[in-house]
Amino acid sequence: MFDYESLRIIWWGILIFLICGFAVMDGFDFGIAMLLPFLGKTDDERRVILNTVGPTWEGNQTWLVTLGGITFGAWSIVYAVLFSGVYAGLLLLLFALFLRPVGFDYRSKLANRAWRSFWDWGLFVGGTVPAVVLSLAAGNLMVGLPFQLDADMRSTYSGGLFDLFQLFPILCVLVGVTLCVMHGAVYLHWKTESFIAERAQNVIRWSSVLFVVLFLLAGIWVAFGLDGYKITSAIDTTITANPLHKTVAKSTGLWLANYGTYPSLLLAPIVTVISALSAPFFTAKHHSATAFVLSSLAMMGAIVTAGGSMFPFILPSTLSVTSSLTIWDASASHYTLKMLLAATVVFMPIVILYTSWVYRIMRGKVTVEQVQVNEHTMY
Amino acid sequence: MITNEVVDLSRMQFAITAMYHFLFVPLTLGLSFILAIMESLYVMTNKQIYKDMTRFWGKLFGINFAMGVTTGLTMEFQFGTNWSYYSHYVGDIFGVPLAIEGMMAFFLESTFVGLFFFGWDRMTKLQHLSTTWLLALGTNLSALWILIANAWMQNPVGAEFNYDTMRMELTSFSEIFFNPVAQVKFVHTVAAGYVTGSMFVLGISAFYLLKNQDVAFARRSFRIASGFGLASVLSVILLGDESGYTVGEVQRAKLAAIEAEWETQEAPASFTLIGFPNEETRTTDYAIKIPYALGLIATRSIDEKIDGLDIIRERKRHRIENGMIAYENLQILREDKTNDVAKAIFEKYKVDLGHGLLLKKYTENVVDATPAQIESAIKDSIPKVAPMFWTFRGMVFCGVMMLFIFAASFYFNMKRDAQNQRWLLKMAFWGIPLPWIACELGWVVAEYGRQPWTIANILPTHLSTSSLSSGQLYGSIAGFVIMYTILLIIELFLMVKYIRLGASSLHTGNYHFEKHGENHV
Repeated sequence: MFDYESLRIIWWGILIFLICGFAVMDGFDFGIAMLLPFLGKTDDERRVILNTVGPTWEGNQTWLVTLGGITFGAWSIVYAVLFSGVYAGLLLLLFALFLRPVGFDYRSKLANRAWRSFWDWGLFVGGTVPAVVLSLAAGNLMVGLPFQLDADMRSTYSGGLFDLFQLFPILCVLVGVTLCVMHGAVYLHWKTESFIAERAQNVIRWSSVLFVVLFLLAGIWVAFGLDGYKITSAIDTTITANPLHKTVAKSTGLWLANYGTYPSLLLAPIVTVISALSAPFFTAKHHSATAFVLSSLAMMGAIVTAGGSMFPFILPSTLSVTSSLTIWDASASHYTLKMLLAATVVFMPIVILYTSWVYRIMRGKVTVEQVQVNEHTMY
Repeated sequence: MITNEVVDLSRMQFAITAMYHFLFVPLTLGLSFILAIMESLYVMTNKQIYKDMTRFWGKLFGINFAMGVTTGLTMEFQFGTNWSYYSHYVGDIFGVPLAIEGMMAFFLESTFVGLFFFGWDRMTKLQHLSTTWLLALGTNLSALWILIANAWMQNPVGAEFNYDTMRMELTSFSEIFFNPVAQVKFVHTVAAGYVTGSMFVLGISAFYLLKNQDVAFARRSFRIASGFGLASVLSVILLGDESGYTVGEVQRAKLAAIEAEWETQEAPASFTLIGFPNEETRTTDYAIKIPYALGLIATRSIDEKIDGLDIIRERKRHRIENGMIAYENLQILREDKTNDVAKAIFEKYKVDLGHGLLLKKYTENVVDATPAQIESAIKDSIPKVAPMFWTFRGMVFCGVMMLFIFAASFYFNMKRDAQNQRWLLKMAFWGIPLPWIACELGWVVAEYGRQPWTIANILPTHLSTSSLSSGQLYGSIAGFVIMYTILLIIELFLMVKYIRLGASSLHTGNYHFEKHGENHV
């Protein structure tokens, strides 16, 4: 049952699942950090905004850490090539993320205004830059990265930070950032009341429409302006992992080929558009939980759309198409995939279980009164 | 082409970021347990003061924890950014404990840390107590998996080289899990963390006792720290000692370097207490030796020999020569997988492939190495004695000092007289840096001592890096140093501020500065 071929497909699924988990959970944290300086007019209001995610942001960010660990274990060469290739971009991501733990924990420990304002902007950077870098990375994955592998499987990369800022990836940044803003606003609307909730509602209104427009624009670009990739050699899906054993073709529109082969994949973009457009109606009627589910669906739909278009590619190479990493040749060994699957099947449900419990304990709206009463215990 | 400069800079960056990270980890490990103990006392006795203790030390825990998370993130990504060939070559094995660590430990600690701070009024006492214990469990499980990964670098078991994928692949999960080096390392490292947490609480409580600030609060904290600390420091010394260094060849080379065992002695070997290792003459000048001690400590027997550097050096020569044969046949095999002769020879010598790769530093082709180049590779393969000798002794010295402080604190505590021993309180306060010095030195002993390998006997350090330029590395090192240092200063500033405030920072109205009518943040 767990033959090498199935395991590789399952592990591609787990990768997509973890990216979705990360985007849904950390996505609203990033969005809220982006909105923090603008929607919070007074210190109390900013503290309300911070405390909507204060008790849970840390667990949410663990999705990213686990994504890193899983990529290392199950897709080692992807981890190696991608992280060393986009070196400067990854450092930018890291340095921005550094501001989050200290920002959340240290900000309200001093009453000084300059101190608090400094950390508010620090948290803004800590939420905005990661959303930008990760969306930029997603865009560049679709374009392909300029790397090549030698016979020893050593990767060399030719390109710098600014080469990542091409037009299509920049469009992806706009898509990703708008989606995080919308998702964050939906969560904020759920967890707050009066002024902040009203301001969040305004944000949801424009960001959902803007997101859908940008998302469709990106789709048109993929169809008519972007080179996709296709494996042209016969591929043995059960062979040991060596990327150099295959040949690859590259041409415009190939990223849409999967929609012909698997028409049900079309559900992903359709769900994305419908969910994003309907979210504002549910927040307006104060069906906050439903709205949150919808914006989460939009998030997941967008990721499945991108990942599904690229399948079976994970990391195409613009420099030497043969070096492109696909699920058939970039995976860990059969045995490692089996061991890791066992660990994932045991632990991820437990994680989801206790995470839900924590959210249940911390449920309810955060109010100005609450943060005033708990001046020294809340963020 | 990867230059030596790139390799050295990559190592430097790893050392800097790991050592910064390791300033925060041991305190997290130890303090989380102490918090769980304090809160257990609160639940059992129902005395408010234990809750206040949990919350106050919890505040300090939080300040430290934030920096642990910040610097820890780097570690998760740095294997990929800076050690990409390593990541490809051993990710199939090394990535497994890291992935499991994420799912089993990181999620646990980071999900429950928020609840620890924000959940006091939303849960029953028992629910909150479970939260604190789960937090402590999470931090310790995380240490377990990272040390399993690290132990595999020191003593790589349960894996095999695959010439088609050009990497090591996992063959036995249970072997890497039950790696004997991992067990010793885990006990030693978490116990060192408990010592750090205890010393932190002990020293700061001593400060309050000296200043007569919140005495009841400080005395109770002091008591818990002295008991937990004494037990922990004994575990560090008795369970995590050199017995871990007899397993695996690289571990044995480390032991020989630590002890400046230039030549193999008759069993049981004597222990060099102190002296000046001399790399030129391969002797230790002015050595003071204790007969039999080393043999007893390291092998737990009187008749087992400990390898000296002379034996290890000869063994290395042999393995490098075999490694050249392995490499030669690997090249043939990669051209033609059906060549059964080459395959048979490769299978025979492949355990020494890593030693062949040591020569890559001198000649790309490996098989054409000159005798002089082989000699250099042999020299590389033995860790430098003096740094190992001194860092190890520094670590042990700190350990012995702490043993004394904890033992004395425990003794006077039993006599209910600790708060009158001002010399001891002063010593406990000024002793606060000791565990950090010991932990950092311990890191150096373990990781510097592993050189020239990233994976012992399998992958040399100079092949493990990413294909980066020196410029990129100078940039990133500068970035890390500036960023970390600024954040560290901010952290220390807040830490000192809250330590000075003490329990008054809880604003319950019952403590020192509040009673005296002063108004603080």
